[in-house]
Amino acid sequence: MRELMYREAVQEALDEEMARDENVFVIGEDVGVIGGNFKCTTGLLEKYGDLRCKDSPISEAGIVGLGVGAAITGCRPVVELMFADFLMVAMDQICNQAAKITYMSGGQVKVPLVIRMPLGGGRSSAAQHSQSLHAWVAHCPGLKVVLPATAGEAKGLLKTAIRDNNPVIFFEHKMLYTVKFGDVPDKDEDFRIPFGKARQVTEGSDVTVVATSIMAVKAEKAAATLAKEGISVETIDPRTIVPLDTEAIIRSVKKTGRLLIVDEGHASFGISGEIALRILPEIFYDLEAPIERLGTADTPLPFSPALEFPLIPDEKSIAAKIREMARPGGKTA
Amino acid sequence: MRTNRQKELAGHFYRVMYRIRRFEEEVFEFYKRGLMPGLAHLYLGQEAVATGACAALKASDYIGSTHRGHGHLIARGADLRRMMAEILGKAAGYSKGKGGSMHIMALDRGILGANGIVGGGIPIAVGAAYSSKLRKTDTVTLSFFGDSASNEGVFHESVNMAAAWDLPVVFVIENNLYGISVDIRNVTREHQLSKRALAYGIPGSTIDGNDVFAVYREVGKAVDLARKGKGPTMLECLTYRWQGHHVGDPGVYRQEGEVAEWKARDPIARLENEKILQPEETSAIRAAVDEEIAEACAFAEESPYAGIEEAFTDVFVE
Repeated sequence: MRELMYREAVQEALDEEMARDENVFVIGEDVGVIGGNFKCTTGLLEKYGDLRCKDSPISEAGIVGLGVGAAITGCRPVVELMFADFLMVAMDQICNQAAKITYMSGGQVKVPLVIRMPLGGGRSSAAQHSQSLHAWVAHCPGLKVVLPATAGEAKGLLKTAIRDNNPVIFFEHKMLYTVKFGDVPDKDEDFRIPFGKARQVTEGSDVTVVATSIMAVKAEKAAATLAKEGISVETIDPRTIVPLDTEAIIRSVKKTGRLLIVDEGHASFGISGEIALRILPEIFYDLEAPIERLGTADTPLPFSPALEFPLIPDEKSIAAKIREMARPGGKTA
Repeated sequence: MRTNRQKELAGHFYRVMYRIRRFEEEVFEFYKRGLMPGLAHLYLGQEAVATGACAALKASDYIGSTHRGHGHLIARGADLRRMMAEILGKAAGYSKGKGGSMHIMALDRGILGANGIVGGGIPIAVGAAYSSKLRKTDTVTLSFFGDSASNEGVFHESVNMAAAWDLPVVFVIENNLYGISVDIRNVTREHQLSKRALAYGIPGSTIDGNDVFAVYREVGKAVDLARKGKGPTMLECLTYRWQGHHVGDPGVYRQEGEVAEWKARDPIARLENEKILQPEETSAIRAAVDEEIAEACAFAEESPYAGIEEAFTDVFVE
């Protein structure tokens, strides 16, 4: 195992896949000369040339559409959107085109396209650069939706995404880019993490916490804190929400009888409600308490850290919620 | 001088234009008989554009089409039986009945797809051209779209990228004057849409879209430029749809006499009047096409619908 920053892992996955398959190319705003706004594409322009690491105009719909056209004619494009918020600018090409071409062609046409983008708050970027929009695309049949929580996951899942024959929306968390993780295997061209297979982050017996993206990192820290208090938390990182590994979640909840879902998207109409209801028939009689969830408050994200940070679940609020659930009445020992 | 080549082309053009005409008439009949689910946007009157343009392509080239796409697909050699079956929603259709009139795709003919979103196919066509450049093939993509698509944002984004990077794509604007009911002249200040090419630094011109030889000639030049790596061209083809926006639209927004005026410029009659083909030649072509069309209609009508299980396949591929 090696220690890498999350963004280095993204870069390494792109580099390896571009070296492996000359039909893989990267296009996006600022991906070339400066190596990406979040430095995920450094060195690729020098190594693979302008056509395979393309600085694009600021034309999100255009570049996603270009990716769709290239994907259906033999390439494996990786389109970078600088912020997940810009997804909406390209929504027609993502949801009406990429997601539906295979279906509308009766399976004649495959769309091996990856669209990468950073989601999440925490950088005082305000309401148009901080959103977590994975539920928006997860709602649209025909798209796979990936949320890596660590450097190792970013690398293994991105390599899987690039080799997948379907459109994949790949959400990186912008607060993780410079975080180091020690979970990246030694260089191996074929290291990949399959979609639809959750990772057990911590093993425990009192409460199950399903946490996506950076929330898996925060939940892991909360679990460590709670372990000292004698509360045993099982943390599960689904890694992909389409497809979703419901089995892993069901198995864990059958053991603990308690489930908390933590996701940075707004709680309302988000994926926590979906996960809960999808597994409910399987776990109803195993539950010892209502399923709970934590998400970002239902307001646009404000600019000031004084206003922004309290709206997003963190290690402390996750730990507090777990305590409440593990010890009904909210009393700590 | 009438060369053999000209005669050969005229025969091809006549056959393809008449095939489109007859196909669309039969689609309209199916609609009137209540056998066609949903709607279709007929290409009647515009036959010369698709026919002339596609004749300038090689088999390995691509086309991007629109919601009014039957003509493009036929001109590109798509299978009439599978097309008509798709339009009727049958299992034997190109998309097993999951796409319908607006979403027929036939990648084996280089057809990137008709498209239900106005302008939605333009960046996809540019992506195919990017793919050709990256993979160093010599294929060219023709991007068909209507006058109204030229007012969508992706039109600008796509033409700009294609021009910036000399991509092998030809933009064919079929200006049939109306976006559903809205006259293009009421929503643009500059009515000659090809002038927009100037803003992108690419060649642009406006041609008579009902003159199949002119379309063939001009698209041919643009395709040659694109194939040589000299970048995109924008060609505006002036034409007219004889019917409303879709089957069942009476087209009340059109001016008195306008339809008759354009029907007098019928591209098929015009080719006949050039007398390159003898009457016995044109009637032989018509008889052969009538037979093909009748066969496609019978095939489509007799074909079964898919079982409900088909609705759940092709959401993802392996």
